[in-house]
Formats: sequence, C-alpha cells, structure tokens
Amino acid sequence: MAKIVIDPLTRIEGHLRIEAEVSGGKITEAWSSGTMFRGVETILKGRDPRDAWVFTQRICGVCTTVHAICSVRAVEDALGIQVPPNARMIRNILEAIQYVQDHVIHFYHLHALDWVDIVSALDADPAKTSQLAQSISDWPKSSATYFKGIKERVAAFVKTGQLGPFGNAYWGHPAYKLPPEANLMAVAHYLEALEWQREVIKAHAILGGKNPHLQTYLVGGMSCPVDPNSQAGLNADSIAFLKELFTKAREFVEKVYLPDVLAVAPFYLDWAGIGEGLGNFLSFGDFPLTDTRSSDNPGNLFLPRGVILNRDLSTVHPVDQKAVTEYVTHSWYSYEDDKKPKHPWQGETRPNYTGPKPPYQYLNTAEKYSWLKAPRYNDQPVEVGPLARMLVAYAAGHERVKYWVDAALAKLGAGPEALFSTLGRTAARCIETVVIAEQLIPWTDELAANIGKGDLRVHEQKHWDPSAWPAEAEGWGWTEAPRGALGHWIRIKSGKIENYQCIVPTTWNASPRDANGRPGAYEASLAGTEVADPEKPLEILRTIHSFDPCIACAVHLVEPRGRKFKSFRVC
Amino acid sequence: MAKRWNFTSGPEGVGEGGVLEALQRKGISRREFLKFCAIIGAALAVPVEGVGKIAEALASVKRPPVIWLEFQDCAGCTESFLRASRPTVAEIVLDLLSVDYHETIMAAAGKQAEEAKEATIKEGGHIVIVEGSIPTKEDGIYCCIGGRTAVEILKEATRGAAAVIAVGTCAAYGGLASAKPNPTGAVGVRDLVNNVPVINLPGCPVNVVNITATVVHYLTYKSLPELDAWGRPLFAYGKRIHDNCERRAHFDAGQFVESWGDEGHRKGWCLYLMGCKGPETYSNCPTVRWNEGTNWPVGAGHGCVGCTQPGFWDAMTPFYRRLPKVPGFSVESTADDVGLGLTAVAAVGVAAHAAGSVLRRKSEKIEESKE
Repeated sequence: MAKIVIDPLTRIEGHLRIEAEVSGGKITEAWSSGTMFRGVETILKGRDPRDAWVFTQRICGVCTTVHAICSVRAVEDALGIQVPPNARMIRNILEAIQYVQDHVIHFYHLHALDWVDIVSALDADPAKTSQLAQSISDWPKSSATYFKGIKERVAAFVKTGQLGPFGNAYWGHPAYKLPPEANLMAVAHYLEALEWQREVIKAHAILGGKNPHLQTYLVGGMSCPVDPNSQAGLNADSIAFLKELFTKAREFVEKVYLPDVLAVAPFYLDWAGIGEGLGNFLSFGDFPLTDTRSSDNPGNLFLPRGVILNRDLSTVHPVDQKAVTEYVTHSWYSYEDDKKPKHPWQGETRPNYTGPKPPYQYLNTAEKYSWLKAPRYNDQPVEVGPLARMLVAYAAGHERVKYWVDAALAKLGAGPEALFSTLGRTAARCIETVVIAEQLIPWTDELAANIGKGDLRVHEQKHWDPSAWPAEAEGWGWTEAPRGALGHWIRIKSGKIENYQCIVPTTWNASPRDANGRPGAYEASLAGTEVADPEKPLEILRTIHSFDPCIACAVHLVEPRGRKFKSFRVC
Repeated sequence: MAKRWNFTSGPEGVGEGGVLEALQRKGISRREFLKFCAIIGAALAVPVEGVGKIAEALASVKRPPVIWLEFQDCAGCTESFLRASRPTVAEIVLDLLSVDYHETIMAAAGKQAEEAKEATIKEGGHIVIVEGSIPTKEDGIYCCIGGRTAVEILKEATRGAAAVIAVGTCAAYGGLASAKPNPTGAVGVRDLVNNVPVINLPGCPVNVVNITATVVHYLTYKSLPELDAWGRPLFAYGKRIHDNCERRAHFDAGQFVESWGDEGHRKGWCLYLMGCKGPETYSNCPTVRWNEGTNWPVGAGHGCVGCTQPGFWDAMTPFYRRLPKVPGFSVESTADDVGLGLTAVAAVGVAAHAAGSVLRRKSEKIEESKE
C-alpha cells in the first residue's frame, strides 16, 4: 500500500504534514500532523492578565486580532467586566473587516491555485475573457484590453524563466478543469485582490493602530478614544474614512469574489460530493449586538451559537463550554492517563515527543504523531469554521444567511446536502463574507450614532487596577475566528495568570485521532478521496485548503521538564 | 565557497535588460519607475542625487533569488509583507525578486516545494529571509518541515547565501517563543549563523517598509546598510520613538493620559503613565507609520510595547507599568549610545553576540562577498 506524504503542505499558515495511505487510487486513511510548537501558554504563566492579549495575538498573524479579542473576553469573563457599547461595536467592526479581508486572501492567494491553472491562462483569448467577465459581473475592470495586459504581464514573467512562487507546481494536472479564459480572469483577480486587501485593512490601522497585530485592545474595553471634537480620537473624518474602505470592501466581495466562486463552481460540482468529513459542527457564535453579561450569556449574537450533529439541520443544540475536552492519546504530550480527556481549566500538560528522530520519512501514526491535541465536544469530534457557522445560522433561521445560501444553491442547482463537502466549505466561506460585508457600514453607522448621543466611553475603568480583583478567578473567552470556534480559558490568582489554555479552530479541524481512534475533521474528510497521481496529490490540497488551516494557532501548551538542553551553531 | 550572486550580470534566461526592462514589458513607464526609486530613496534617507544611483542599480540588476523560511512564526511578518505598497507585493514578487520558496504563498507543495528550494540553494548567491525563531532544545524537534529540523534547514539554506535578512523580532532575537521560560530553547538567526551577513529587521511584525528599503539598499549599493549593535539598519532603527513621537510636546508639558478614555486620552496627550515604552524603543514607527502611513499604535491611543527591542516580551512587561525612568532627551542618541545600556540589562540572553563587533564583522563580510 502506497503512502503519500505532503510536507510542507503549503499555502496555509504554519507547518502541516499530511500522510495518506492510498489503495486502488483512493485514500483509505489519512493522518494530520502539526510539526511546530512554541509554548505560548507556558510563557503566559505568572504574567499580568492584562498583558495576555498582546502575547496571544501573536499565536497567529494571519488571523491577527482574534486571539486578542478572545483573550480580553476571557479576562473580562473572569473578573465580571462588561465593556461599554463603543468598545463592543469597535471590536465587532475590527473583527468583521478581518473576516472579509482574510476570507478573500484565503480564496485568491491560498486556495485558488488548487482550481486555477496559471499556465493555461496563457492560452486565453482576452476578448473572450472580457465577455466571460462581463457576463458574470459589472465589475469595471473587464475590458479585452485589460485582460490582454494581464496576459502579457504573465507571459513576460514566464519568459524570464524565474517562476518564483509559481514554480514547480502541479500545472497541467488533469484535475484542472477551467477553460483558459476563466483561468486568465482568475489570475487578474488574484492580482487585484492583492491590492485590495492592502487597502481595506487600513480600517485596522484607523481603529487598531496597525495591521497585522493591532494594538488597541484592553481588558475592559479599547484604547482608541472616540471624540467628535478631537483630532486625536475617532471623529467624523475617521468614520468617513472607514466607510470609504468598507464600500470598497463590499463592492469587491459582491462584484468579484462571489461571482468568481459561482462561475468556477459549476466546473467542479463533483467536489460537492467529496471531502465531507465528520458531519458534526460547532459554532461559539460571535458579533454581540447587545451587551455581553458573561461568556455563557453573551447576549444577542449576529452569528448564532450552536451545535449540529450528524448533518441534521432540523436541530441546533445549545453549546456548553464544559463539554469541551482534549485528548493527548496521539499527541506528543502526556497526561497521567493518556486515554482520558481533560477540560481546559484542568490544563495539566507535559510534552512527550516520541516521534522519529529527524530527518525522518514517515511518522509513527499508530502512536503519537502531532503537536496538536485532539479536542472533542461531548466526546465527539466536530468541525468548526465558516461552514459550521453558516450551517448553524441557516438551521437557526438567520435571515441574511438563509437568503444567500438559498440563492447560491439555486444558482448551482444543488440542495443543502451539497454543503457537506469540499466545495461546500469554499462556498460557505464566500457566503459568509458577503453576509458580513453587508454589516460593515451599518455597524459603523451604529457606532457613529452612539458617539453622536454623547457616549464617549471606550473603557470600563472600574476593574483596571488589580487591587479591584478577587484573589482568585476563572473565566473563558469565546470568538468565532475566520477559521472557526476559538476559546481561551484562564485562571487568575493574586493578580497573575495561574493557567491559560487555548483551544483553537485548527486544533479542532486538524486534530489527530483520540483514545477511541476517531479521526479529526481533516483526516475524516480525506478518506475515500480519489488521487489521480500520487506524485501530485492535488486532490488532498483541495480538501485541506477548503478548511483554511492555521497551524501556528493550533499547537498547544508544552512544559518541558528536565530535558537536556543542546545548543547548535549552524555555520 | 559557493558562487556568489553577481548583481550586474545575473543568470541566463532572465532577459538582458534587468528590472527596468522587465517593468516596461509589464506596462510600467520609466517615469513611474523613477518615481518608485525616489520613494525608496526617501525611505533610505539618501540625498536626491542618490536616486539616480538607485535607478541605475535596479535597472541593471536581475531578479535575485530569495528563499523565505518560516520556523516558529505566526506568519504575521508574511502578512505584513503582503501590505507592501512601494513597491507592491505583486511588483516585488513578479518584477524585483524571485521568491522561489515561501510556504505561505507558493503554489508548489511537499516534495515539489522542497525541490524548488534545493535548486535555488544549489545555484548559490541567494538571499535568505527568515521569519520566526529557531528551537534548539531536544535536538530541534519542536519545529520540523519535510521531516527535517529548522536548525538543519537553516544551515543548509544559508550555505552559499549572499545575505540573510531576519524579519521580525522572533527571527532576529528569538522573540515570543524565547520569552521566559523559553520552553523550546528558541533563538534568533544570529545565534546560529555566523559566516553570512545577517541583517535584523525586528518588529512584531516587521514593518514592510523596512524590508523593501533594505532589499533596495542591498541591490543599489551592493552592501549592507549600516547597522547598530543589535544588527538593525540605522536608517530604520536609528532613532528613539520618544524623540520623534507626535505626542512628545505633551510629555515635555507634563500633560499625561491618566485613565483610558479620559480627557487627556481623547486629546492625544502623552501615554507615558499608561506604560508607553517609546522612551526605550528604537524604530521609525512614528515617521513611516503603518499601512501606508495610515496610523501607528500611539496614534491610536495605546502605548508602544517596545516590539523592536531584543527581549521585549520580558524586558518591557508588564506592558502597562510605567517605565521607572526616562533616559535623556538628546535626539542625536542612537541605541548604541543610550538604549543599549538600558535594554541590555533586561536582555542579557541576547547581548552576547551584539555590541561593538557587529560593524566590524559587517565590513569583513562585504569584503568576503566580493571574492
């Protein structure tokens, strides 16, 4: 039986390795391994809880901001802090534009090359490309001259013989199905999206000082002052700047991203039946539209909280954070009993690397094989991410989600069952982007209106000084990161962090097997997939990329004890 | 010694006309090109007559191959790189450099990705950009790519390289993963690489303006920019934030923010009492700002956290604690004169390979690379 290894699995955040057994041209079993580890949670121990968000934000620079929000919410939950409305609204706006920008980058720069053959674009007729583009959207950059220019640019680039990041890929693979004109259009939009993402994320600089790694979060609120009568605070000019950026953001999503997904999908409809995975979905929900009293009682959430089991869209189960546990049976850590899972507040963790000594060819997948733990909900593996959120919202009757999901399915002539797939994940991400992009301006107007009422508060203040804190406290923070449900669990003692644990979207999705041998979402979704050429396993990339992996996020705590330290000098 | 990159004649098959011709083929006019050179010149603080030299160098140079390695990283520096505007990331990738390996953006995966990297290394003379720290504990098993440790990969990739650019504080000094208790034995590039010039561009993340300017400086002058004791280019890290801060006048006037959202906060007063680390931090943040000059952390009402300084995760925390004393006000001081003494106290782990020797080593390396 042949074993395929993809390492590094590129066009993701972080270091992911996939091993898959192939028999008769089909994957029989797959293993997902995170191969990098830093120990952020260990580093947090003993520090000031108000500093934690600065550290945790660095868990990931692709999903920048989300670990900051989650962290301040965890501390606020522990200390019983309710942030002022302005802070809640600013956080929603920051996270919303993060979704929109990050999802577009994922589609064009990380995922598209699984479906788009750049080399084939060189055969495209610019006039026909223009016709195609104009038939799906009224986006202005669509003339034959424009596409001719793009084609010439690509041709000149190829002619240099230095293909840079586009070299040595799977170009010409039989699984690429798009006509040359669609490929050329996608290449043009790849380049346009590069410009666009840089522009729209300036909203983070306005409200957060910079992007990546914003710097205005605070336990208890935000540090960006609001004051219509000051040039140092958020005023009418900054609101106008935000709205200008958000108009551009929404326009690109509705006139380029959505039409592209709907135009490409019909060529790959077979992928609506591939890559399903677990059939269980979890969403913590996000974007509180009312004041949050606690993490268990977050108020009215724009994207709802819930669990869907066994593809059953008729029931949305409530979420209880106490039902979250993690196994280390197949992870390079040890518990007293490796077969029993633990809740994050219990949080006792020891590293136990038992993998092969590098350089290695294969991992020992029968034993421990990843730096990721295996989180479970009610002891079940679940999938998180845009598909989970859209399914929970759809099943809960969310008006805008239902409208866009139904519209997309109608356009593709498919039923809701098509969503449980690789293509479904990619489509759900796009639909979510449309739904969130619609909210950017209304939410900014809401903030402006609240400021207009004379409410200039951005911070709670009462609990800023640790002398106002109880001797001991515990709490949890929740976020829906672009990649899925994110939770931080904290215990505070005498004003310091006693314990900190993160369970991150990709930990759920890229999880290794648990004590009962149940695979995680990646592993389950690859089983049964046909691989045309084991030397060029494009099919594996398609499904794994449909989850939008973020491995730096996913890797967990470690606490090395008594291991020998060996230092190196390379040259 | 492996073949060094020759900046005036490059490999075959790239076209004879260099970057300018490549740009012109893509519809970029000579005027636009010169404008770009002028902007870069401004970033590098070269006199106007120097702009012609930049243009000349870029017009004749071929696209130097780059291998971008990610180790214990968060991809934040990669994301920052994607925000490049002058030139844009598309221009960097298509017209200026040949980014032959970069896990986050490259089309190839697995075996094919590794082969692309090996081919570039074999040719030699490439630039290695490193993002993220390198774990050294337990034989390096805390970061493996393609079944090999980060330590091994770095060793292989830097052999025969023209230069290494460590982007972000993790690659430069160990950064986040090396914060106490440094569970994985994380270190920066200079702790491991000592026979290739290493330029540090710290920041969390690095500001892309500084990557662009460093690369262009290298292409233009065929040498490294002058570095301070921490291996940072003086053109970007030569001045203290506090001395260039837009809120400095409020510090001098004794006008301070005292609680979040108070009147002083809304009016843009000094954040010193809220823990701002600007008085101990060297960076061009206040002048180049972020996201095409849109804003910077102090401009958005939060203190500087000192992210360009070695060991800042330990030396600058708790972030909201006021600095015990503010060093002298001289705007002429560089980190070597003032900041070194302050930061070295808290960053002893990084101090070993710094100070004094760096400038001398740099000039030796340039001589070596001319062989």
